[in-house]
Amino acid sequence: MSTQKLWHFHGGLRLDGHKQESMHMESAEIPIPSRLILPLQQHIGAAAEPVVQVGDKVLKGQCIAEAQGGVSVPLHAPSSGTIEDIALHPVPHPSGMPAMCITIKTDGKDEWLAQREENSQYHLLSPKQLRSIIHHAGIVGLGGAGFPTYLKLHPGQGKLIKTLILNGAECEPYITCDAMLMQQQPRDVLDGANIMRQAVQAAHCVIGIEDNKPAAIEALRHALRDEERDYIDIVSIPTLYPSGGEKQLITILTGKEIPSHKLPIDIDIVCHNVGTAKAVADAVIHGKPLLSRYVTITGKAVANPHNCEVLLGTPIAFVLQQAELQADEMARLVMGGPMMGFQINDLQTPVIKTTNCLLTLNQQDIAEEQPALACIRCGECARVCPAQLLPQQLYWWAKAKDFDKVQDYKLFDCIECGCCAYVCPSHIPLVQYYRFAKTEIWQQEQDKRKSDHARERHEFHQYRIELKKKEDEERRRKKKELLKKSQADTAGSKQGEIEAALARVQAKKGQQETAPEKNIENLSPAQQQQVAEAEARRARSKENDNAKIEDNS
Amino acid sequence: MPGIISSPHQHPGNSVTQVMLRVVYALVPGMAVYVWFFGTGLMINMAICIATALLTEAGILKLRQRPIKPALYDGSALVTAILLALTLPPIVPWWIPFIGTAFAMVFAKHLYGGLGHNPFNPAMVGYALLLISFPQEMTRWLPPADIPNITTLGFMEIINYSLFGQLPAAVSFDALSMATPLDIMKIQTGLGTAVSTIQQTNPVMGQLGGLGWEWVNLMFLLGGLWLIMRRVISWHIPVAFIGGLALIALLAHLIAPHSYASPLFHLFSGATMLGAFFIATDPVTASTTTKGRLLYGLCIGILIYIIRTWGGYPDAIAFAVLLMNMAVPTIDYYTQPRVFGHERK
Repeated sequence: MSTQKLWHFHGGLRLDGHKQESMHMESAEIPIPSRLILPLQQHIGAAAEPVVQVGDKVLKGQCIAEAQGGVSVPLHAPSSGTIEDIALHPVPHPSGMPAMCITIKTDGKDEWLAQREENSQYHLLSPKQLRSIIHHAGIVGLGGAGFPTYLKLHPGQGKLIKTLILNGAECEPYITCDAMLMQQQPRDVLDGANIMRQAVQAAHCVIGIEDNKPAAIEALRHALRDEERDYIDIVSIPTLYPSGGEKQLITILTGKEIPSHKLPIDIDIVCHNVGTAKAVADAVIHGKPLLSRYVTITGKAVANPHNCEVLLGTPIAFVLQQAELQADEMARLVMGGPMMGFQINDLQTPVIKTTNCLLTLNQQDIAEEQPALACIRCGECARVCPAQLLPQQLYWWAKAKDFDKVQDYKLFDCIECGCCAYVCPSHIPLVQYYRFAKTEIWQQEQDKRKSDHARERHEFHQYRIELKKKEDEERRRKKKELLKKSQADTAGSKQGEIEAALARVQAKKGQQETAPEKNIENLSPAQQQQVAEAEARRARSKENDNAKIEDNS
Repeated sequence: MPGIISSPHQHPGNSVTQVMLRVVYALVPGMAVYVWFFGTGLMINMAICIATALLTEAGILKLRQRPIKPALYDGSALVTAILLALTLPPIVPWWIPFIGTAFAMVFAKHLYGGLGHNPFNPAMVGYALLLISFPQEMTRWLPPADIPNITTLGFMEIINYSLFGQLPAAVSFDALSMATPLDIMKIQTGLGTAVSTIQQTNPVMGQLGGLGWEWVNLMFLLGGLWLIMRRVISWHIPVAFIGGLALIALLAHLIAPHSYASPLFHLFSGATMLGAFFIATDPVTASTTTKGRLLYGLCIGILIYIIRTWGGYPDAIAFAVLLMNMAVPTIDYYTQPRVFGHERK
């Protein structure tokens, strides 16, 4: 194995790994829950559109919702059963807002769809065919972002990809699902790497893994075939949070920085998570769509922390039971890691494609969360920031709601890794301020787009009115000219024209008279009588009112 | 702000209080040596400063209708009080520490919005006010206890002076006080005496700087190094500060060794080390960027030398720091680091 040169990124944190807790046993497959709740949107892009109806029977692997538009993936039934409901349900999202979900009542038979296309000879498939299989398997980035994988495997015409990077860093504390996967199914990960490499036609593949996972590194190296050694490098990188951030990992492995507001593909690199690679292998080689994933269940409030292969849509409560949840102990449930994960309040929330970890925190874990004090400008945040930002300046301007300044200080280069808030001695929830500022700016831009659109429409409307005015004037002018011309013509013909016009006017008048209009002149005597009475009543009541007012005054 | 608890969900448990307490711990060796050489007056001044600081802080927070407890517990008032006490002559009337501290807390800290919002170092503002307003009281320094045949006062006698302004019978300030090494150096070189002669003949001169003062400085240096080790402060400001002062002193000393004292004398006299590690590093009023901190420290070091050598005051920490405090927003603006993924400007 070649010893590869590694680079550093600015800042970062050395954190307690807490990895051993969930690594003491092999991963387990958990039973099928009675209900699977599948959000239509488990990825970045447009939500999938249901193609089943309540009451339909579905088989395992059957497509239940189709991709919509250019950025979207389909959704499959993770087990056989009946569609019970298509409605709003709590979903894993930082906002805590419910979203549309398909609920399957499982039948326990776990009956597979009959036809499945297997391709052990995947090297015979074209990149386009591979992308199509991956798209139809509903695969998204399993590392957390959930971006549709087929799109990231599409470099575009004439674009040469130099390196495929597989992200096995797993830098967040507590999470071990990627480590366990690499350890238990290294061959699948490597097959996935080969398929992805073929899909983007990359010469070289690097798998970056933090050095706190020696067993995973060893397993992958052991599973590597001789010929693969020429083009796949398995690289151990120093454990330093957030080395698993895409930008950071690319810098560590290549020394390159993704320019601000650009993608890895712009520097000829494609980066995928190791779990995604395994899912790709399952889809292409075994014809299995994405139905389950490895999830770490850990933290102090579960008696038996470990990794599980969980069916998508399994309610969290059911998953936590497998690790012997001690509900009284649990002060907070976090989906994801302690640094970037978000709080889950409803235990009926399902596991989705991007769920890598369920972290149960007890009272002691969150005891250090104290009320925020004033920033003392100590600069620790800037020291640890991997984006080399000035977090305390960002905080200052975000707090002041000066959204121009906050962008001058490059708010949108913040990856929300949480290093700044972690080290802050004043316990300021910095990331929360940045998210707030980002959301506000997006909102403002949206509003601006809307108002720009309205203004454009208004201006166009004004323009049209102006245009019409001009056209009318033009027409009048022409008419006048025509009239002058015709005056020069014979008087007889003019007389005839006038008579004809008079006749037209007469005809029109006659029409009007026959039409029953709301006109009191054309009323019958009885009606006129009624009207006169009404008028009289109105006059009387008015007099009375006036009199009353005078009395009162 | 939204009410959702945002990531991260863990915190190492460090706090502003911890930062401030570590600063206090790091000051202890220096304070002990100070008391050893210059008497127990420091302790009395410090007690008055601390009491005044806490009371004024509580009072003004009450007026500002802000929570009192968290601010009192953050330890920042304590640090301000201790630093101010360390800049005062050991024997002063009680109202000197009182006025200085109260002014620092009210005008330099809370009128700007309290901790984190003050542009000027509160302790230095208090000191500058006292020095300008009460030059007589503020320049009656005591000689170190090592010097033979000097009059020293006991603890009770100092308290008696501090509270009631009464010196023991037959003792006057002329007998008690003595010019500081920096004073003597300034006056004597001004008179044309060679630096080496001053250092060899004057009793207040020590091996490195002033007698006694050199030990106090050494202890503050040790405390400061401990702070850097514990990452309470970064090395940039102290290193640039000491580097700037030493460099300009060395240049002047090399050009005219008779007229300008050596860099070592400057580093180990007066409040140099206190300034470098404890005053210039006050996070609120110092620059926060890496390059900015180097520039800020360097400029303070150079300003100190200029004021000490050619200015009106023999020690210059306060004015140098306050002048540079003013420059901090500009320095910070122009020394922003290159953000990841952006071109170097």
